[in-house]
Amino acid sequence: MTTTRYGVDDRPVFVIDQSRCIGCEACVQACAECGTHRGQSLIHLERIDRVVSTQTAPMVCMHCEDPTCAQVCPADAIKQTEEGIVQSALKPRCIGCSNCVLACPFGVPKYVADFDQMMKCDMCTDRTSEGYAPMCASVCPSEALWYGTPEEFAATRRGTIVDNWLFGRQSVHTKVFAVVDDLGPIDALDGMTGTWLDDPFALEG
Amino acid sequence: MARLPISEEELIERFGPHLNEAPPGGWNADLDIDKVVETHCCFCGQQCGIKLKVHDNEVVGFEPWYEFPFNEGKLCPKGVKRYLQGSHPDRLKHPMVRDETAPGGFRDVTWDEALSTVVSEIQRIQATYGDDAFAMLSGVSLTNEKSYLIGKFARLALHTANLDYNGRFCMVSAGAANKKALGIDRASNPWSDIPLADVVWVAGANVAETFPITTSYIWRARDRGARLIVQDPRVVPLARTADLFLPVRPGTDSALFGAVLHLLIRNDWLDRTFIDAHTVDFDQAMAAVAEMTPAWAEAITGAPAARIEEAAELWGTSATGMLLHARGIEQHTKGVDNVLAAINLGLATGKFGKPGCGVTTITGQGNGQGGREHGHKCDQLPGNRDITNPDDRRFVADVWQVDEADIPGKGLPAEEIIEAIHDGTIKGLLSICFNPLVSAPDTQFTKEALEKLEFYSAIDFFLSESAEHADVVLPGSLHEEDEGTATSGEGRIIKINQAVEPPGEARRDWEILLDIAQRLGRGEHFRYDNTEEIFEELCRASSGGRADYTGATWQRIEDEYGLFWPVPSVGHPGTPRLYEGGVFNHPDGRARFHGVPYRPSAESVDDDYPILLTTGRVVSQYLSGTQTRRIGGLVEQYPEPLCEIHPILADRLGIANGDLVTVRSRRGEMTLPAAVVKTIRPDTVFIPYHWPGDKAANQLTIRAVDPIAHMPEFKVAAVSVRRAEGGAK
Repeated sequence: MTTTRYGVDDRPVFVIDQSRCIGCEACVQACAECGTHRGQSLIHLERIDRVVSTQTAPMVCMHCEDPTCAQVCPADAIKQTEEGIVQSALKPRCIGCSNCVLACPFGVPKYVADFDQMMKCDMCTDRTSEGYAPMCASVCPSEALWYGTPEEFAATRRGTIVDNWLFGRQSVHTKVFAVVDDLGPIDALDGMTGTWLDDPFALEG
Repeated sequence: MARLPISEEELIERFGPHLNEAPPGGWNADLDIDKVVETHCCFCGQQCGIKLKVHDNEVVGFEPWYEFPFNEGKLCPKGVKRYLQGSHPDRLKHPMVRDETAPGGFRDVTWDEALSTVVSEIQRIQATYGDDAFAMLSGVSLTNEKSYLIGKFARLALHTANLDYNGRFCMVSAGAANKKALGIDRASNPWSDIPLADVVWVAGANVAETFPITTSYIWRARDRGARLIVQDPRVVPLARTADLFLPVRPGTDSALFGAVLHLLIRNDWLDRTFIDAHTVDFDQAMAAVAEMTPAWAEAITGAPAARIEEAAELWGTSATGMLLHARGIEQHTKGVDNVLAAINLGLATGKFGKPGCGVTTITGQGNGQGGREHGHKCDQLPGNRDITNPDDRRFVADVWQVDEADIPGKGLPAEEIIEAIHDGTIKGLLSICFNPLVSAPDTQFTKEALEKLEFYSAIDFFLSESAEHADVVLPGSLHEEDEGTATSGEGRIIKINQAVEPPGEARRDWEILLDIAQRLGRGEHFRYDNTEEIFEELCRASSGGRADYTGATWQRIEDEYGLFWPVPSVGHPGTPRLYEGGVFNHPDGRARFHGVPYRPSAESVDDDYPILLTTGRVVSQYLSGTQTRRIGGLVEQYPEPLCEIHPILADRLGIANGDLVTVRSRRGEMTLPAAVVKTIRPDTVFIPYHWPGDKAANQLTIRAVDPIAHMPEFKVAAVSVRRAEGGAK
């Protein structure tokens, strides 16, 4: 049984496992329905290469401990809450320069011309502050987007969750976790060769 | 004459589909929420729990219902946006009659005038042509109470044998096969069994798009180390990470299952104790697969023999396993055969009646399960009783307090009703929540049939493409405007709660039927003050039947988050898993193996039509789209049908991604954009079917039906494909 509401001491975390994504866009639709988002969906769902595969990848803000977007903001418009949630640019301060859009190592912030403001995932602060899961992780049918305690994850899920990233020489520590099979260097092609995926329809005899 | 009163374009202008993009008052309305109603999604047989937020008799949003155990708050995009079907500009709010001179082609009338016309036309047609010349077609988006009532209404008020339902186009092959082999038509397991399976085999079910919530159950099994087999002509999203993919050619599933049984026997991966103790006719199944070698099956199915062997080994050597199937193996002229062949694999390995073991259909429509249990079908009485069985007839006649002879006999199945309309045998039609102009095969034929009706009345909440042909349109109720029960794909009876009142002059569907019955002089059989009374009568009528609801009450259903039938007595805990202890529902308690010889589909490819067409759904649309083509976010996600085609075939035909292509069959042709993708067999193209008119995939499909289940063959048609004139992108 899923925990329906978390207390502060539970320290729930957000986990992305993109390998499970089925591209249904429930997260995209639900994000717009979060009380404070007012019809604006702030999650990204990338279609990787539809010609080749149905692979899709959902992306929420990783909520970096020391967010690059805020570091590069010339207007000091990007703030963090005490809980470490990196917020959309403050409307009165944002000058729409898109430095954050270019600098974010995860490609999260987007400049929304209609509002002349950088907008991004805020981890559904109105929900998480009350102990509820963000909208996207609430609805995700495949649990590619997941919200719960690390203990719950370890007890029920495969893989290891990680929150440290290296982008060249930049080390980034995130509030949001991603799932890897094992710790250590990630082999992007591991598990992708020598299987039926090489030739799904047995065309090469 | 049920022709369109004005042009299609003018009808669309007035009645839509228009898009509802935002909740009532807009995104910034900050409305006070009067109440939050725990109910279920109206789209698909998963029946996810959802909370609807209500302000001033309008549904203005949703909240995940985390406590409901089936989906724990999860929803697909249709569930997220389902609330936008309410407060919709296209909503029918007044009874109308067709009037070519009126703006929009229909004129608002009073309920009295509308119902008087309906009743006098029913009486005229039946007096002139006989009772059975007036037919009723219904849908299983309706609650159990309405489905039951419609069964009784057609037999006692209309006194027609010709009632059938749109599950005939959905799950009916699985139902027929389950009854033949196992003695009961229900999913063999609760979904909580899926995570307990060591191997999960998904055959002909695009789970990620049509039953997205089931994906999480499959992943829970995989988290435990289960292996996943996917059998499909397309690398559907769930297949992308599967351990084994069986790229089966459309129409050849029974050959693949046959080869797997052949291998189970050859390698002695059988549960002989189970076969001996709990089944009959294994010898017949064995004889039928004697020659079905993997090499033979590879030639028929296109799935490599080595992969078929791997599937057989995974299934045969795993202690537990679940085989989940859906329309991909069921919508065929051999849909029943395909399901029987799948069930054989479960019986041969003893994978029934135990945790993590079962072979089960994934029911498609919202109340596809409950709606096919209580007399909604042409051959059925409540409790899944047989309308031709004298004992069953007497039992139901007693509950209905009528003479057994007052209950008409077996009527025509849905597609045959359409054919009887076309050939002039059936002259009048009452439909409710059924849109055959989109959902029936051979659209042109269906349109011709509707145009031949002397009288057609439709009960619906939006003016569907079929209802556009109606002489009288009766505005009924949306899912959230009435209360009752539904039965999910698991066999779990759940409670649908009312959130809002029907708008304008629209009425609850059951009240409309009661009024018609009263005016037909049969009111004494239809005295109900509310739908709970209908449910209580349904339970009595089901008592002792195959689908036994005797001990179910609305209170228990709500208190216990649903109740799995059979519930054969008051206080009975319900039956989440069927066949425990190897006890099946035939009189001798044994399951039946069936010999399933392979036979080809109705239509084969040839020089003129060298490519296979298969049809299906996309995640953002539901069935004929009457609701989901009116919801902005869902339409934006997949606005129009695309023809999926493999690059090898596309190259040969000179087609590039995005080009307009013309797909032609013996029934008709359509032109649509190509989606060139490597995820489909190169001998097959795929088109989703949710759209009407010149975007209807069913313009191409064939009216051939399964001889037992009368399911049309939506999954196999022979077509030609070419780049359309000037169709380059």
